[in-house]
Amino acid sequence: MKLTVLIRPKPGILDPQGEAVQASLATLGFAVTGARVGRLVELEMEDSDVPTARAEVERMCTELLANPLIESFEIAAETA
Amino acid sequence: MTEPRPRIAVVTFPGSNDDGDACLALEHLGADAVSVWHTASEVDPGIAGAVLPGGFSYGDYLRCGALARIAPVMDVVRELAADGAPVLGICNGFQILCEAGLLPGVLRANRQLEFVCADVAVTVESTDTPFTAALASGDRLVIPVKHGEGNWVVGDDVYVDLVERGQIVLRYVDDVNGSRDRVAGVANEAGNVLGLMPHPEHAVDPLLGPTGGVPLLEGLIAAARDRSVEHALGL
Repeated sequence: MKLTVLIRPKPGILDPQGEAVQASLATLGFAVTGARVGRLVELEMEDSDVPTARAEVERMCTELLANPLIESFEIAAETA
Repeated sequence: MTEPRPRIAVVTFPGSNDDGDACLALEHLGADAVSVWHTASEVDPGIAGAVLPGGFSYGDYLRCGALARIAPVMDVVRELAADGAPVLGICNGFQILCEAGLLPGVLRANRQLEFVCADVAVTVESTDTPFTAALASGDRLVIPVKHGEGNWVVGDDVYVDLVERGQIVLRYVDDVNGSRDRVAGVANEAGNVLGLMPHPEHAVDPLLGPTGGVPLLEGLIAAARDRSVEHALGL
């Protein structure tokens, strides 16, 4: 099973990387009023049971993949 | 009589690059620096303190310090910290201690989005730690910084408590990286674990520039020496 995790800077947390991207897009002439940069993690797991795999990934996020002080996470998709 | 030289561990992670200078500075100031590899799950019981040096452990992958925090040696660091031994995290070491939950907050990209490399002035905000015990509140130290992610972030409620408890130990005189209220160094509640972005190990020799790192490292060494003496006496 393949799971995709999205990790985002929490609302209100300053995201200098997003600001830099926004400024660079403006330089290229794109009218962007906001940009936030997070991370995407693709995980391949041997689990075949979706709830079990999701529960595992939740723990991975809490323990390592995201820092709860500044980041939120979301399991975006799972495919067999 | 010469004072005994306490043994202080300097941890090397893959990607640490200030471990050598940390050893030199400690030796210069009267300690025996003991290099410890990140896979070590135990250290000599005579080790009386630890330094987590600067660098880019694990290439700063995922988040700065996030992967180092689960290295086996971190169990040793946790034990030393819990036992009251002085533990100093410098730059990447500070990031690791935050990720490990041994210090509050987290370090993010500098506000100005630039790597900053400069000698900066910091003021001593709390003397309630072994590192600053010999200093006075308001004392100024000039110490170099060199980091891209030194912007310390913490929640409002936690911050208020930290200030009240004297855990904010050092502040930049001028804004360096957007860090909350110019915080440059933070301690744990007991005061024996300190993390800071400036590099005291690069500021110990007048031939090479400012020497603001000397009192902080001497504080570390003095606390380690007290522990060593207690250990030797079986206390």
